[in-house]
Amino acid sequence: MYSYTEFDDKFLAERNAQFRAQVERRIDGSLTEDEFKPLRLMNGLYLQLHAYMLRVAIPYGTLSSAQMDKLAFIAEKWDKGYGHFTTRQNIQYNWPELRDVPDMLDALAEVNLHAIQTSGNTIRNVTADHFAGAAADEVADPRPVAELIRQWSTDHPEFQFLPRKFKVAVTGAAADRAVIKAHDIGLRIVDRDGEQGFEVIVGGGLGRTPMIGKVLYDFVKHDDLLPTLEAIVSVYNVLGRRDNKYKARIKITVHENGIEDIRARVDAQYALIRSQFTGVDQQVLSRIEADFAAPKFKTASLAAYESAYTNDPVFRAWADTNLAEHRAPGYAIVSISLKAHGATPGDATADQMRVMADLARRFGHDELRISHEQNVILPHVHRSDLPELHAALKEAKLATANIGLISDIIACPGMDYCALATARSIPIAQEIATRFDELKLEHDVGPLKIKISGCINACGHHHVGHIGILGLDRAGVENYQITLGGDGTENASIGERAGPGFSAEEIIPAIERLVLGYLDLRNDPTETFLQAYRRLGLAPFKAVLYPETADKDRADAA
Amino acid sequence: MPKPFTPKVITANALLEGDVIYQTATGWTRSLAEAEVLTDEADADLRMIDALTQHDLVVGVYLADVAPETGGPRPTHFREEFRAKGPSNYAHGKQETL
Repeated sequence: MYSYTEFDDKFLAERNAQFRAQVERRIDGSLTEDEFKPLRLMNGLYLQLHAYMLRVAIPYGTLSSAQMDKLAFIAEKWDKGYGHFTTRQNIQYNWPELRDVPDMLDALAEVNLHAIQTSGNTIRNVTADHFAGAAADEVADPRPVAELIRQWSTDHPEFQFLPRKFKVAVTGAAADRAVIKAHDIGLRIVDRDGEQGFEVIVGGGLGRTPMIGKVLYDFVKHDDLLPTLEAIVSVYNVLGRRDNKYKARIKITVHENGIEDIRARVDAQYALIRSQFTGVDQQVLSRIEADFAAPKFKTASLAAYESAYTNDPVFRAWADTNLAEHRAPGYAIVSISLKAHGATPGDATADQMRVMADLARRFGHDELRISHEQNVILPHVHRSDLPELHAALKEAKLATANIGLISDIIACPGMDYCALATARSIPIAQEIATRFDELKLEHDVGPLKIKISGCINACGHHHVGHIGILGLDRAGVENYQITLGGDGTENASIGERAGPGFSAEEIIPAIERLVLGYLDLRNDPTETFLQAYRRLGLAPFKAVLYPETADKDRADAA
Repeated sequence: MPKPFTPKVITANALLEGDVIYQTATGWTRSLAEAEVLTDEADADLRMIDALTQHDLVVGVYLADVAPETGGPRPTHFREEFRAKGPSNYAHGKQETL
């Protein structure tokens, strides 16, 4: 893992001292809110519905046990004993008081964490595949380059006031687990004739105008990456629209100007600035790469694992859903679900954080990851340790066997917390998970991603949910629109709107009809919801969702 | 024709705690039931000007619609209901002391 240099420590200490002074001046009245707001946002401090919210970056989703312990400590000391993991690999504290925030930031700095550029029109937290460094299908670990981009973008003097926020995601595998096609820039490490480089995708994004990113370059060499990124963001900084907030993201710039025009401009800018990159970035990168060397994997007998798998059905169900293929023999990647049926998606209590930190220390080479799907990953666990690990997770109510299933729902905080929301998300997620747990159907239903956003800004990624739910305010009442067929993987697609929205009371039965309808429509149990949707199209799903309209259509046709 | 003025309260967040607060005749309260209901537009404008000067105490001042009732004003929009109570997933916020 990357550990801060003297330079990093000094930079962060200075920045935190600066913000402490700004908070003091706000409290003593020397700064107005208009003056203070941009300063607090630069440091991740929002004012939400009920309280302030501090958004802390978890760079490329990677945490050590000590960092997770510190997040637990902060949750207990300055918040209400829990934290909320987000779809951008951040953690949000929902109840800090203004006076305490500088102390929280100092506590974070002790473990190399910060909240810089988690808001504002800047380059945000660089996210990555949550299986990075562990996945069997990986070309290379994307985290060293993600760290390089973090260092390059943090406090970048030219990019502090972009037309709008800017999000970068990186993956090192062909299977896209980082939603790179829905980011302003998505990077994928590829291998071409034995040389590694990057596929560079631009102009993806969700929100009001969802767009799938377009390939700007299919292969950029390692040492050309930073100058290429700098050229892209420079072009966007000048060309991106500042006249209309809703047209300011790079996806609109790409859409309005066309990818060829953008490529020509980026090429020209690249030619202009390339000589400024003298190779120092590559020296930095090789130092960073050393920090991300793989742990020393062990060898051990698999007898305990195999025995538990054969004899313990609860363990087996969990192993079948929550484990993924690891690149080292005998190892598995463990996903810890933060989606216990009826719980708030992405929330972990301080005690749960400590349990996960402790398990990572004992069984997981001291590493944890936060996924954009709001779960926690132990990336390196030997299978021989899984029975003991599972028992400990059960005790902490962290052994829910539902990864990738219908109750593994992404949900933004929605109007329970967020000042921008137009409806609630969390209760809808809670009720869907509870309902399908009652029906005991979720393992029969199989892989199904439900994603819920409480407003058009789409933090809950509803556009790329197999079933997307968007909460809106319709004439003073919460109303939920359903989209179908979205996909956030390498085969990314934007979901299609199914029809009129549903009230808060109607939405759970509507989802139930839809899922039961899918069970009737699928060819056989191996055909997933998304595959069935792609085969059949919207019409049959619409018919089960709106039975009255379907009956009427049949009557009209007769 | 301009829309008739409907009853409102002045609301904001407290600078230090971030908590939802409402204006009373003499200051601020954390309980909507104790808020001063404004029924006259000119009066509301003046009270807003007064509230906006208190930037060392409050953040994000605005007028919110309410329905005046015997037990005090009641929110007319669900967003204000949540602000007056707290989130629905935990008994945090104002509902902790209600």
